[in-house]
Amino acid sequence: MTTAIIPDPEAIRPELAQPGSQLPVPPEGLRASRNSGFTSLRVGVTALWLSVIVLLPLAAIAWQAAGGGWQAFWLAVTSRAAVESLQVTLGISVVVTVLDVLFGLATAWVLVRDNFVGKGLIDAVIDLPFALPTIVTSLVMLALYGKNSPVHIHLQHTPPGVGMALAFVTLPLVVRAVQPVLLEIDRDVEEAAASLGANGLKVFTTIVLPSLAPSLLTGAGLAFSRCVAEFGSVVTIGGAVPGKTEVSSQWIRSLIENDDRTGAAAMSIVLLSISFTVLVLLRIVGGRAAKREEKAA
Amino acid sequence: MTSSFWARHLIRYVTLAYIGVMLVVPVSIILWRTFKPGFGQFWSWITTPAAIAALDLSLVVVAVVVPLNVVFGVLTSLLLARGRFRGRAALQSIVDLPFAVSPIIVGVALILLWGSAGALGFVENDLGIKIIFGLPGLILVSIFVTLPFVVREVQPVLQEVGTEQEQAAATLGSGPWQTFWRITLPTIRWGLIYGTVLTTARTLGEFGGVIMVSSNLPGESQTLTLLVNDRYARGAEYGAYALSTLLMGVAVVFLIVKTTLLVRRKRAKAAV
Repeated sequence: MTTAIIPDPEAIRPELAQPGSQLPVPPEGLRASRNSGFTSLRVGVTALWLSVIVLLPLAAIAWQAAGGGWQAFWLAVTSRAAVESLQVTLGISVVVTVLDVLFGLATAWVLVRDNFVGKGLIDAVIDLPFALPTIVTSLVMLALYGKNSPVHIHLQHTPPGVGMALAFVTLPLVVRAVQPVLLEIDRDVEEAAASLGANGLKVFTTIVLPSLAPSLLTGAGLAFSRCVAEFGSVVTIGGAVPGKTEVSSQWIRSLIENDDRTGAAAMSIVLLSISFTVLVLLRIVGGRAAKREEKAA
Repeated sequence: MTSSFWARHLIRYVTLAYIGVMLVVPVSIILWRTFKPGFGQFWSWITTPAAIAALDLSLVVVAVVVPLNVVFGVLTSLLLARGRFRGRAALQSIVDLPFAVSPIIVGVALILLWGSAGALGFVENDLGIKIIFGLPGLILVSIFVTLPFVVREVQPVLQEVGTEQEQAAATLGSGPWQTFWRITLPTIRWGLIYGTVLTTARTLGEFGGVIMVSSNLPGESQTLTLLVNDRYARGAEYGAYALSTLLMGVAVVFLIVKTTLLVRRKRAKAAV
């Protein structure tokens, strides 16, 4: 389960995740005198740990990319292979994200509003892609769509094959973002609208969909950035055909294998910027939605 | 009434068909392929010397990564949930950062930092400690990608319960350690267990990051996932399927633990 992004809306809606500020804080006099030294020691240890594990390696990428100068950076990210890999990555990611949103919404709906035998099992199975190692996902896709396909669908080394693998690994993200929000929605308004003569579709588009929009967006953003970052599940089904199935993470790997460290660093920065932009945008949208809710309450 | 009846059933069956085609069918096919040549064949594929060496290596990595991430995860969660200090928001963002980074980029970052030509290359060149293409590289990658899991599960629990009980214990004369073992740890145990399971599953299943920093020698530096890839690339399909089924077993254990914990949490909430 490479880059398992937990479908946790709190991840990008920090307002929800940090009610700590409103919690009763112990009176200063009681603990502060004894604990302030202790706290700063813990902050120091934690900061050191995070720096060595996370920040230093990422700084090394920036340092390597900057070391080659602006021209080398520009050459690396505008080379034919780099541009093609980005086109493939972004193109397939957009299609898969749209699929995820449509079916994720339907799945969440069925899991919350519908009732049938075996619903609990479906609910549990949804998380399977999180739990499955990505290389296993890759083999699963090959077993189904590879050259010995039992259903005679041959998608190996084709963009739809890459798309199927990405749709598999991102399947739970939208479902798990939308499901809790749908559970919380007050159904009185819907019933009132229905009793006033609005039909099912109208109730859905004017009442349910607007309240689900932030969580749908969250799920879509998580799915998209997961698609952009994915490597393990697409590596064998895609087969790295340049301009067709070679995604950017595969291109970065071949750059490192050819010892083009500056090129790999430059491409990494491009991919990281895409993921960060998506996540920052989500934070902003999530923050706005939370504020609106506060006003409404 | 009839139109909503049809709509409801249409959505239900379309969704079930999607999940069936996307999830259930692919996973069943690999199980079927694994056991088609018989259970004996499966057993011999997962007990070859290379497979056992890979299992050993994966378990060694888990044995180092999981305790480290549990200890630092709890420490970080306590800080983020309880501490009031400058840079708290920054700390929170750094903890969430690994989710946004592709495992391939994690590999690139570690190579550029610790590799022999990297920024801290002196560790390998002068001190003779091989990090990239050695065990420390595998461990560093795994710590990076699993860093947020424990914090993500423990921090919300800490915030929800507040500090009243801990303060009460402190007032009654309990020391910080005693309070932690008797009050804090029991409170966060379910979150901590789930975070630990997530960390373990992800460490065992990590592929993109480890393929970058491993020398990938069978029997020496191949983890389970690398061996799956290697076997498939060399045409030993059934060997790859057998190991995949083994790893899938881990995934199923994960799902069972998760479902059990969810039921327990619901019960605990209902009891309150």
